[in-house]
Amino acid sequence: MLDIFRYPFMVNALIVGILIAVCCALLGVVLVLKRYSMIGDGLSHVGFGALSIAAVLNISSPLYLSLPVVTLAAFFLLRITENSRINADAAIAVISSSALAIGVFVASINGTNINLQQYMFGSILSVGKSDIIISVILSVFVIAMYLLFYNKIFAVTFDEDFAKATGLRTGFYNTVISLLTAITIVVGMRMLGTLLISAMIIFPSLTSMRVCKRFISVVITSVLVSVFCVVSGLLTSFTVTDVPVGATIVIFNLAVFLVFLLISAIKNAAAKKNK
Amino acid sequence: MALLKATDLKIGYSNNVVFENLNFTVNAGDYLCVVGENGSGKTTLIKGILGLLQPYNGQVEYSDGLSRNHIGYLSQQQKLSKDFPASVSEIVMSGFLNNRIIAFNYTKQERNEAMRIMQRTGVDSFRKKSFSELSGGQQQRVLLARALCAAKKLILLDEPTSALDPLATAEFYSVVKALNKEGMAVIMVSHDITSAVRNASHILHLSSDSYFFGTTHEYMHSSFGSRLLISDCPCDACAHNTKRGGREDA
Ligand SMILES: Nc1ncnc2c1ncn2[C@@H]1O[C@H](COP(=O)(O)OP(=O)(O)OP(=O)(O)O)[C@@H](O)[C@H]1O
Ligand SMILES: [Mg+2]
Repeated sequence: MLDIFRYPFMVNALIVGILIAVCCALLGVVLVLKRYSMIGDGLSHVGFGALSIAAVLNISSPLYLSLPVVTLAAFFLLRITENSRINADAAIAVISSSALAIGVFVASINGTNINLQQYMFGSILSVGKSDIIISVILSVFVIAMYLLFYNKIFAVTFDEDFAKATGLRTGFYNTVISLLTAITIVVGMRMLGTLLISAMIIFPSLTSMRVCKRFISVVITSVLVSVFCVVSGLLTSFTVTDVPVGATIVIFNLAVFLVFLLISAIKNAAAKKNK
Repeated sequence: MALLKATDLKIGYSNNVVFENLNFTVNAGDYLCVVGENGSGKTTLIKGILGLLQPYNGQVEYSDGLSRNHIGYLSQQQKLSKDFPASVSEIVMSGFLNNRIIAFNYTKQERNEAMRIMQRTGVDSFRKKSFSELSGGQQQRVLLARALCAAKKLILLDEPTSALDPLATAEFYSVVKALNKEGMAVIMVSHDITSAVRNASHILHLSSDSYFFGTTHEYMHSSFGSRLLISDCPCDACAHNTKRGGREDA
């Protein structure tokens, strides 16, 4: 088991994986509870399109293009979701499939050696120095934000109208959340792949909400679940060759979700019996 | 001193103007009841006052040092998600946040204050429970308690007693009355016109093509008020009203 520490790429992947797992879980709680889960999905597809274009243009680090593009998309999607006159679900679906199509199209016409497979399903080998630096900075921001503004994040998530009416700057919190989500997705999708990064955002909070009934316990449990799944997924895909990391991590998430579902069913049954 | 002043207010939704040319003032210590039939624009007005809806014309001015941070609010419609994981006390305490910059934890003073408010609103017996497991009336009480935590100078209540049982309603009116005596300005939307005139200092009556704004006394003698208040009006000035005892025309 300790073998893995002899492979620098594996150590990098573990560091970035754990940090991204923490960010995904923390942001995911807010996104899921605000019914913004689809935004994560849309952003990952936009990120895929941006990565393909960056590769074709031969930009030295694809992050330079995908980070600003996904951030812009995040602001745009948030606006759409807030505007009740537009059918947000449909709009996000249109944007995400268009971005995916553009990505595939660009990658194919040029005949470049872009590895579509790698973008879709992720790869540990793609984790480099810059990813480590960005994910450390990112997770420090996300964690600091949670520590400083925990209660305000709760208030804005629970009841945005009340928060706004009583003087909380809801626009500011929404902007910060979407900015951090954009960065998390761009960094995380290189390792986990376009198709699976949104699962990392949605699964942990859904899982913990099966059992936890208070906001603080949902937040903490989500982080624990998320980190556990990423570490187990990485170790599994390292030991079992040829298994993509992203898929393994999502399968672990699914397994934990089912276990929590079972626990809550047992709890409910027990509560009924006691009555 | 005026806390709140609405001038030539015109508010509506995309192509539907709900009211226009509305003028009124709320002073510190006032108790304003907003009445009117369903769809007359009471909720719309409250949203306009809170800045949740932008007026087409005119404005709502806050003065005398009033800012959003001093306002408590209870909305009529709760579009809160059903399965939100939050305990009652987490929600009640979140009312304090408008006066904080950094907010990871609450102070001892805030905890005590919250406890007192939860006792007065009858929420403390289930304060550790999950919000989503409460009945509709219990949920309304919790949100009332939150509004009370947030209110420093002004509290806006949109049909606060619609889901409360009679005892809780009476208790609630006395809580608001006591707050008002301590100097808190109150704006309350209500269909309970009898207790509105009993408690309020001013009445704003909205109707489809006009409105009335004035003191409760003026209201009871206006064409708006006397129509609805023929029976048990508690005011001496209304003794001249010979049509006492029947409201079959309502
Ligand atoms: N979101 C909305 N979009 C468009 N029109 C609306 C919207 N909300 C309310 N209206 C319209 O505005 C008018 C005023 O509605 P409002 O909710 O302010 O009435 P209200 O006086 O609060 O009624 P109630 O006593 O039923 O609470 C109504 O005619 C309604 O059709
Ligand atoms: Mg209303």
